[in-house]
Amino acid sequence: MTVEEKIIELKNLTKSYDQFTAVDHLNLSVSKGEIFGLLGPNGAGKSTTILMMLGLSEPTSGSISICGYDPRRNPIEVKRKVGYLPENVGFYNDRTGLENILLTAQLNGYSYGEAVEKSIETLQKAGLTDDIDQKIKTYSRGMRQRLGLADVLIKDPEVIILDEPTLGVDPNGVQEFLDSIVELSRKNGITVLLSSHDLHEVQKVCDRVGLIVGGKLIAQGNLNELSQQLFHTAAYQIIAEIIWPGDNDPVERMKAIFKDIRGVINIEKEKNNTYLFDCETEMSSDIARLVVTSGGNLVSLTQKKYGLDEIYYRYFEGGLNHGK
Amino acid sequence: MESKTTSGGKAPLISAKSEPSVSVNPSPFRVLLQKEISDQIRSWRFIILISLIVLICLGSLYASLGSFAKSVKPTEAEGAFFFLRLFTLSNGRLPSFVLLIGFLSPLLGIGLGFDSINSEFNGGTLSRLLSQPIHRDSILNAKFLAPLIVVSVMFFSLGLLVMGSGLIALGIPPTAEEFMRIILFIFISIIYVAFWLNLSIFLSVKFRQAATAALMGIAIWLFFTVFYPMIINLVTQLFEPSRYAPVPYIIAFQKIKFLLMQLVPGRLFNEATTTLLMPGVRSLGPLTFWQLQGTIPSPLPLGQSILLVWPQLTGLIAVTIVCFVLSYVSFMRREVRSR
Repeated sequence: MTVEEKIIELKNLTKSYDQFTAVDHLNLSVSKGEIFGLLGPNGAGKSTTILMMLGLSEPTSGSISICGYDPRRNPIEVKRKVGYLPENVGFYNDRTGLENILLTAQLNGYSYGEAVEKSIETLQKAGLTDDIDQKIKTYSRGMRQRLGLADVLIKDPEVIILDEPTLGVDPNGVQEFLDSIVELSRKNGITVLLSSHDLHEVQKVCDRVGLIVGGKLIAQGNLNELSQQLFHTAAYQIIAEIIWPGDNDPVERMKAIFKDIRGVINIEKEKNNTYLFDCETEMSSDIARLVVTSGGNLVSLTQKKYGLDEIYYRYFEGGLNHGK
Repeated sequence: MESKTTSGGKAPLISAKSEPSVSVNPSPFRVLLQKEISDQIRSWRFIILISLIVLICLGSLYASLGSFAKSVKPTEAEGAFFFLRLFTLSNGRLPSFVLLIGFLSPLLGIGLGFDSINSEFNGGTLSRLLSQPIHRDSILNAKFLAPLIVVSVMFFSLGLLVMGSGLIALGIPPTAEEFMRIILFIFISIIYVAFWLNLSIFLSVKFRQAATAALMGIAIWLFFTVFYPMIINLVTQLFEPSRYAPVPYIIAFQKIKFLLMQLVPGRLFNEATTTLLMPGVRSLGPLTFWQLQGTIPSPLPLGQSILLVWPQLTGLIAVTIVCFVLSYVSFMRREVRSR
């Protein structure tokens, strides 16, 4: 990638309801052709952010640019380029799948003839060929979701925004759905913004992830960058099991040993004989050498790595308070 | 766009049409309107409402034809608007056509509009519609215009059918003026339905549950038809001047009372339609005795009748627009989440 074209750019986006700030000075940018995951627990402000991008909700302050258009001033242009698939997408239950998609096609400026052709073609791609003339009420959840994708694709979008698209779809269906999105994005250069609370789903398909908690974007980047940003106070933690012969306060002793070494921020006792070193850089070899030369018996030394699971635990299952 | 590969089953008309690709594209509003109209026509509710109205028309037609002979007196002048009596006569058991229409129009308006926005909202289709490149107001416009078109077609055909069957039964053709008066009557009825339609669309924007919106609409209708006149009577009775009070005082009192009564849309409709269908009506407000002095007891010409109901007509249109603006304002500012 040489010059990255920013398709979605949010600057200081804020949305507050009476007392409650749903989205708080959010900055975000997504380049062309990228699959960006917006990860966050329920109520983090993902949907609100998306609604503002589409001009379906008025931001309190901040600026939005989608494909160079401001959805507040030019909602029509934005909606022409953006396909939006909300969670629990709704269709007219008394109409057939074809009729529903036909309406979308016509609203996007196709004449009736073109719309029919295009709809049939898109529905075939979505794997709904046999169910074209069935009424929506007979559709299963997975079929509705595929119909939703067809509904998005019929306008030939440059950007697809998916808001919790796989909610309530079985694992098989989720896999298929995500695969087709990746394929689409790679083949046609479509930019995808996928909002989800499911870590593994995001991990599977997204190039980059933005972690949003309490209306704030806490970190963004690929998974490595994410853990670095999130744990920047101690980017590296080393756990060492050391036996100090005949000593009743090994932590003080170690602090004295490591006093002059730059990079070690803190030492804590974790369990019996197990100590946690907070370091600025990777320095396990230094620690090992120093421990051994000062007469300690080094039993084991492991570098603690932050995976997404750790992130997930810390921010999601720990509740919103941890994120603040 | 691939417009060349026309699928096999399509009629040649369509492929010919899709050739100049851009120029024939329908405006989103028209697409929405088509969808709304077909939604209306397919719905059970519409079929029920229509059959109700048709039954009522037949009933009132039967009633007015039955008592027609009695109502015509040999002393009456020739231009006595016999034909209009088809719409205003009743046999004492069934109300007249005009009254029934006045009674049912609110029901029709409320029935066609009470779930227009909130059903889309609850079905999750509103956010899907709104994420298409269309203006938000075109949804509201289509929601209003589609039932109105359907109702207009229905009212005109019903009115003309009543006229036609009257023509067969009576053997008297309507005069041009009578015809004009009937057309105007239908027109006013449509405006009256439009008012209730707008009110119920407004309620459907305001209330998330369709049932609440419907109940609210019916409550408003009942309030205006039953309770409001009662309350006004009760209140004005307290201030009723004695019979010996000075005349200007009595006139002022009557005028205020008339004005308060006039606030009811149903009243406006009744006044407008009776004036149009009964050319003998010469005034709607209080009349003093000396105002009547020297008048010739003859029906008013059409122009004068229209002049007489002009305020009522403007009033009706005004409240219709007010309701539309209200729903417009609250809909345009609404944040639309999916379900």
